[in-house]
Amino acid sequence: MNKKYKLALFILLPVGVTLLATLWLRGHDIAVLNSKGIIANRERDLMITATLLMLIVVIPVFALTFFIAWKYRASNAKAKYKPDWDHSRVAEFTWWAVPTVIIFVLAVITWKGTHELDPFKPLSASTEPVAIQVVALQWKWLFIYPQQNIASVNLVQFPEDTPINFEITADAPMNSFWIPQLGGQVYAMSGMKTRLHLMADETGNYRGSSANISGEGFAGMKFTARASAQTDFEKWLQSAKNSPAHLSFKEYNKLAKPSKGNLVTYYSSTEADLLGKIVRKFTTPTLDREYGNRSGGLSNYGEVHN
Amino acid sequence: MLGRLTLDAIQHGWIATFGQITMLLGGITVVGLLTYFRRWKWLYRNWLTSLDPKKIGVMYIIVAFLMLFRGAMDAVMIRVQQATSVGDSNGILTSDQFQQVFSAHGTIMIFFVAMGLMFGLINWIVPLQIGARDVAFPFLNSVSFWLFAAGAVLLNVSLAVGEFAAAGWLAYPPLSELKYSPGVGVDYWIWALQIAGIGSLLAGINFVVTILRMRRSGMTLMKMPMFTWSVLGSMALVIFAFPILTATLGMLSLDRLLGMHFFTSDSGGNALMYINLIWAWGHPEVYILILPAFGIFSEVVATFSRKRLFGYTSMVLAIGAIVFLSFIVWSHHFFTMGAGADVNAFFGIMTMVIAIPTGVKVFNWLFTMYKGRIVFASPMLWFLGFIVTFTIGGMAGVLMSVPPADFQVHNSLFLVAHFHSMVIGGVLFGFFAGLTYWFPKIFGFKLNERLGKYAFGCWLVGFLLAFVPLYILGLMGATRRLDHYDASLGWQGLFIVAGIGVAIIMAGVGFQVLQVVFSVWKRKENMDTTGDPWNGRTLEWATSSPPPVYNFATTPAVNDRDEFWAIKQGKALLVEKPLYTAIHMPKNSPFGMLLGGFSLTVGFALVWHIWWLAMLGFIGIIVSFIVRVSDEDTEVTMSAAQVAEIEAERAKI
Repeated sequence: MNKKYKLALFILLPVGVTLLATLWLRGHDIAVLNSKGIIANRERDLMITATLLMLIVVIPVFALTFFIAWKYRASNAKAKYKPDWDHSRVAEFTWWAVPTVIIFVLAVITWKGTHELDPFKPLSASTEPVAIQVVALQWKWLFIYPQQNIASVNLVQFPEDTPINFEITADAPMNSFWIPQLGGQVYAMSGMKTRLHLMADETGNYRGSSANISGEGFAGMKFTARASAQTDFEKWLQSAKNSPAHLSFKEYNKLAKPSKGNLVTYYSSTEADLLGKIVRKFTTPTLDREYGNRSGGLSNYGEVHN
Repeated sequence: MLGRLTLDAIQHGWIATFGQITMLLGGITVVGLLTYFRRWKWLYRNWLTSLDPKKIGVMYIIVAFLMLFRGAMDAVMIRVQQATSVGDSNGILTSDQFQQVFSAHGTIMIFFVAMGLMFGLINWIVPLQIGARDVAFPFLNSVSFWLFAAGAVLLNVSLAVGEFAAAGWLAYPPLSELKYSPGVGVDYWIWALQIAGIGSLLAGINFVVTILRMRRSGMTLMKMPMFTWSVLGSMALVIFAFPILTATLGMLSLDRLLGMHFFTSDSGGNALMYINLIWAWGHPEVYILILPAFGIFSEVVATFSRKRLFGYTSMVLAIGAIVFLSFIVWSHHFFTMGAGADVNAFFGIMTMVIAIPTGVKVFNWLFTMYKGRIVFASPMLWFLGFIVTFTIGGMAGVLMSVPPADFQVHNSLFLVAHFHSMVIGGVLFGFFAGLTYWFPKIFGFKLNERLGKYAFGCWLVGFLLAFVPLYILGLMGATRRLDHYDASLGWQGLFIVAGIGVAIIMAGVGFQVLQVVFSVWKRKENMDTTGDPWNGRTLEWATSSPPPVYNFATTPAVNDRDEFWAIKQGKALLVEKPLYTAIHMPKNSPFGMLLGGFSLTVGFALVWHIWWLAMLGFIGIIVSFIVRVSDEDTEVTMSAAQVAEIEAERAKI
C-alpha cells in the first residue's frame, strides 16, 4: 500500500470511527434524531432519505478519489498514461444524468414534504387542538393561553397526542421558536404573527430555545416544553389559575423590559386580545407613546445595554 | 466638535488592549524597519503608488493575511468560550464581548480574508494567463485595493476606539437598528463594508472587461485557462450582486443616521426586506468566493496530473449554470421566516439543483487525474483535502435545501459546520493551493514543500476535529452564537474536541508562517530560474519568475488551450528572435491611496457623527477624483531597447 494512501487512511479511519461511535453512543441525546413529535419524526425521516440519496453519488466519489489517486500516482509506471485524453461523451452523460435523476427524485420528495410539513398547516387528530400564543421577549418567552385565559413565562405545557396551534410574535429583535424534539423552528418577528403546528406523541420535558440572536441575553432564551397527560395538563392549568398575578397590558409592558434569568412564573388572567395589542405596538406608534419613548418599545434599553 | 466621540470611547477590555498593543507593536516594527533600512521611498514608489496588478495583488494578500490573523484569534476565543462557559462558569468573555467577537470573526473572514486572497490571486494571475500586460483599468485597480484596505483599517480602528457590531456578520435588523444597537458598533460594520464593497464592485467591472477585451489574439473564450473562466463567472456575479449590498447597507445607514424606517420594527419598517436583500447579495457572494477556488483546482489538478483538464466544455457550462442558479436560491437562507410551502419548495429545489454542476466539476477533476501521472505536491494535497471536506459540507447543504429538514437545523451548529466546510474546505484550501502553486511565479522562489505538507496535515485533521463535533451538536439542538449553556445538556465534551481541532488548525497556521519565513531565508537555494517550476501548462509560466513589469515583451498569437504546454511539446512556434517594440505602461499614482484615505475619513466621521469631518473627507474624494481624471500624462513608455535589455538579462539566467 502506497505511503500516502496509508497516511490518508490513518487520518480518516479514526475520525470516521469516532464519528460513528459518537453518533451511536449519543443516539438518545441527539434531539433532532430522537424525535418525540409527529412533525419532528417526519422531518427526521426526510433528512435520512436525503442523506441516503446523496450517498449514492458521494460514496462512489470518495472511492474513486482514493482509488484514482493511488493507482495513477507518478511512481506507478505500470498505470496507463494518456496525457491528451480530455473528453468522453459517455462519462459526461453519466455524471450530468445520474445526479440529475437523483436530484429530480429528491425534488419531488421536497415538493411533497414541504407542503406536508408547512408550519402553517393545521394538524388533524381526534382531539381538539390547544391554542397557545407565544411572545419572544428580551430575554424570556411568554406563553399566553387564550382559551384558558392564563399565561406563563419560560414554561409551556400541553397534552400529548393533541395538536398545538402556536401563534407566534415577538416584542424583541427577531427570534426563532424552536423545540427540536417536537419539530422545526419558525421565526418570531415583531409586528407580525406567524404560526406553527406541533404535536407530541410522548410525554416528557423537552428543551426549547430561540435560534436567532436577539441581543446580549440571547443565550438565556431557553424554555421548557412539557407534554403531559390530559389530566396533568388540566391540573397544571388549575395551578396557573391560582397565581395572584394578572397580565394586564401595563403589567405586560413591565415584563417586556429587558431582563435575564427569569424564573417560571404564571399569570391567572390576561388582558383581552393581549396578543393583538402586542403586535399593534409596532404598527401603531401612538399606543407606544403611552408606555415608552418615541422610537417605540423598550425605553430603558440603553441602561441595560451598557 | 467631535460628534459623539469622547475619550471614553477608547476601549479598555483585555481583548481590545491585546489588539491595540499588537497593532501598535506591529506598526512600530514596520515603521522602524522602513526607517532603519531607508526604504520609505522604495515603499512609496514600488508599492503604494504602483498600478502594477502584480504589486497590487501582493498588497491584497498581505492585508488578507493580517486580517486572517485577527479572524483566527477570534475563532480561538469563540472555541475557548464555548468549551468553558458551561453551568456555573461564564467562560472568558462576557456575552457582549462574545457577540462582538463572532460578528468580527465572520465579517473579517468573508470580506477581508476570502475576498482579499481572491482579488490578490486574480490580480496576479489573470493578466498573465490571458497573455496581457495589465488589466483594463489600472488606476481603478489601485482604487479597488485602497478602498479594500480602508475598510480593513476602519474595522480595526473599532478595536481601539468604540466597539464592534454584536449582531452577527450580517447584522440583521431589528437587532442592528438604533433601538437595539444604539452604539457605534453597527455603524463601524456598515461603513467598513460599504467602502470595501465599492472596491469590490469596481474590481468586478475591471476584470470582466479585462477578460473580455484583453486576451491575446487567438485566445478565444473557449481557449482560456479554466482559472480565468472561473474568475469571469465570479466577477459577473460581483457586478450583479454588490450593488445590492451597497443599496442595503445604504438604507440601513439611513435608518441609523437619519432616523428613517426602512427596516425598523415600527413605523412601517420591514426587517424581512433587509433579510431578502442582504441574502440576494449574500448568496451570490459565496459563489463569488468558491468559483475562483474551483478554477485554481482545475489548474492544479491538470498540472500535477501531467494531463489536460478533462471535459473543458462541460466545466465551462457548469460555471455558467452555477452563476445563473446562484441568483435564484437566496431564500434558502431563511426558509424558517415563513414564506409558505410553494416559495420554500421552489427555492429548495433550485438550491439542490446547484449540486449537479458542482458534482460535474468534481467528476471532471477526478477524470483529469485518471490515466494521468499524479505528483502529490502540496497543492495537490490541498485538492484532496478539499474533496473530503467540501463533499461532506455539500451533503449537509443538500440536506438543508429540503425546507422541512432545514427547519430543524437552521441557525444551529449544523449550519455553522456546513458553511465552514464550504469556506475552509473549498475557498481556503483552494486559495492555499493557489498561493503555493503560484508563489514561485510571484516571488521567484519556491516555498518549502515539507513544511507545506505538515501544514496541510494539521489543517485537515484540525478541521475535521473542529467541525464534525459541530455537526453532531447541531443535531443535538445547539444553536449558533451561544455564549453559555447548561451542564446537563452534555455538550461540553464535543465543544472541547472542537477546541482541540482549532488548536491543531492553529498549529497548521504556525507551520505556514514557518514555511514562509524559512523559505524566504533559504530562497537562494530554491530560486525559480526557469519561470516554470511545476512543469505548467498555461501562459503565466511562459514568463520569468517574477515577470518583468510588462509581463510579456512580445505577444504572439495563441493556438492551443494549454498554450505553454503546446510550446514545450514543440507543437507551437516559439519565435527565436522576437521583434521588440516600445511598451506603454501606466505611471504610478498616489490617488488610489488618497481616495482610500479620504474614504476612511468619511467612514470614521460618519460612525462618530463628526459631520464637518465627513464633509471634508467627501470633498477630498471629489477633488482627488477630479485632479486624477484631468491628468493627461498617465503613461510611461519603455523603449524597445530597454525591453530588449531586460529580456537579455532574463535569457542569461
